[in-house]
Amino acid sequence: MSRIGGTGGGVSDAIITEGLRRSFGSIKAVDRVDLAAPAGTVLGLLGPNGAGKTTIVRILTTLLDPDGGSARVAGYDVVRDAEALRSVIGLAGQFAAVDDNLTGRENLDLVGRLYHLGRDEARRRADEMLERFELTDAANRLVKTYSGGMRRRLDLGASLVGKPQVLFLDEPTTGLDPRSRFGLWDVIRELVSDGTTLLLTTQYLEEADRLADHIAVIDGGRVIAEGTSDQLKSRVGGDLLALRVADRARVAEAAAAIADLGSGAPQVVAESGEVSLPVAEGASILAEVVRRLDAAGLEISDLALGRPTLDDVFLALTGHVAEASGEDDEGPAPPPRGRRPARSGA
Amino acid sequence: MSTVADRTLPRRPLRWTFADAAAVTRRNLYRYIRVPTLLLFSTIQPVMFVLLFTYVFGGAIQVPGVDNYIDYLMAGILAQTVIFGSTQTGVGLAEDMSRGMVDRFRSLPMARSAVLAGRTLSDTVRNLFVVCLMLVVGTLVGFRFHAGVVPALGAVGLALAFGLAFSWISALIGLSVRDVESAQAAGFVWVFPLVFASSAFVPVASMPGWLQAFADVNPVTITVNALRALTLGGPTTRPVLEALAWILGILLVFVPLAVNRYRRAAG
Repeated sequence: MSRIGGTGGGVSDAIITEGLRRSFGSIKAVDRVDLAAPAGTVLGLLGPNGAGKTTIVRILTTLLDPDGGSARVAGYDVVRDAEALRSVIGLAGQFAAVDDNLTGRENLDLVGRLYHLGRDEARRRADEMLERFELTDAANRLVKTYSGGMRRRLDLGASLVGKPQVLFLDEPTTGLDPRSRFGLWDVIRELVSDGTTLLLTTQYLEEADRLADHIAVIDGGRVIAEGTSDQLKSRVGGDLLALRVADRARVAEAAAAIADLGSGAPQVVAESGEVSLPVAEGASILAEVVRRLDAAGLEISDLALGRPTLDDVFLALTGHVAEASGEDDEGPAPPPRGRRPARSGA
Repeated sequence: MSTVADRTLPRRPLRWTFADAAAVTRRNLYRYIRVPTLLLFSTIQPVMFVLLFTYVFGGAIQVPGVDNYIDYLMAGILAQTVIFGSTQTGVGLAEDMSRGMVDRFRSLPMARSAVLAGRTLSDTVRNLFVVCLMLVVGTLVGFRFHAGVVPALGAVGLALAFGLAFSWISALIGLSVRDVESAQAAGFVWVFPLVFASSAFVPVASMPGWLQAFADVNPVTITVNALRALTLGGPTTRPVLEALAWILGILLVFVPLAVNRYRRAAG
């Protein structure tokens, strides 16, 4: 990707912030945040409500001036070059910012014109987006008749009309049902495959896991951890493998058989015949666990792989559970938390 | 340190500013086409005022030198119509803010003034519609232009310009209070004393002295007097110039204030 500027960090960083700060009264919404996203990658900001994610997005999209520090997006300073920056970014905020009284096509056409694409190009891009987000059939319907998922897709389409180099999606799937969420994930994955740099905020570890190349965990306005999702998970302690042997008397034997597969020592609950084992690469060792127990002639009555949740990440990193703590990030309540075991019977 | 700072950024052509404002105006006007009841309800109230003042209060109001009260009333009704209409500017902007539309617009490479210009212009177009309707209703109950076609057109133009100026005040209020209900309430509180403590419905001379002091300098009085001259006849130059001075003065103060407010509309 050819870009000008980007002298702050690596030449290829599409997003770079250094010591970014922003307060609202006495609340430090963003507190010395350093971020970097190489061009063409997906940076996920993961954190609970009120962590400061939205404030960071608002600063990077020129909606809000920072109190201090610096931020460059696509080589442009977010304060000094704000006007030029706006022509190379796209934003889809927490609320689907589409006009109820316009049709889907008119909404996209309006945004295209405000990007100064010209009448024909704006129309063409609108059609392209309708096609891409499977809204062609609803193109001439008023948006007020759209479902929540359709509105989000249209909003995403609007953020892409200007062919942005850098795209900002602020909690794109909050409030959507699981089916719409998975659908949106597919769309997002597809659009970053063509070279767009994406900054995505989310409350869901799973979402960051699926979409982001690099994740920054935000809490209380600060980056408390960052890395790939694998790196983060290993800091949390990875997955937790839990199994129960049919014959409770042989539980120690089972623990011994799989002990070397774990990232820590196995825990045994003799009364229930349960063994739990922290593992770094849960899914990949499941088969090996089953093989070994089978070879030892141990019958398994239950086997589950618990994936770390946002709660686990926060508990491990901060010592407190993820909780809404501020006022700038608002949104519907997150889905029920807790381990979602990937069950495999035996 | 940076090559970016030295780079000359492309100047935004002025025509983009107009194109942006036109695009936003069009978007706002669609609303009235798509939700016709909005337009309907914004016309019922002024129509009721015409009928109320003509048939209920009209008989009791004696205006020296005027035979037909509806002829006197119409200038006041025009001013009242555009002012009440302009209060919707703030409501519309508050609505756009609460729904995230303002954030979207502010993240786009469009002119900073275009959202406000588009909003005040579309409200002026709506005012034109309501003003025409008022003239039709007024004509039905006996109103006639007495000064000719050009002054009549001038009256419509002046009323719309006055409404536009008030739209910018309303815009500042809407951007400041931010939520729709507050904008609705805050939008009306301040226009009532302005409209009624003026020469819109009764001669200022009929008011107590302390109120006359206010009514005499009230921009509504000044504008209504100009509208009256344009509809009924009589010397027009001085009252029209005075009204234009008020309109220009309001725009000079409130356009920069509102645009500045919009620029910093951090939600």
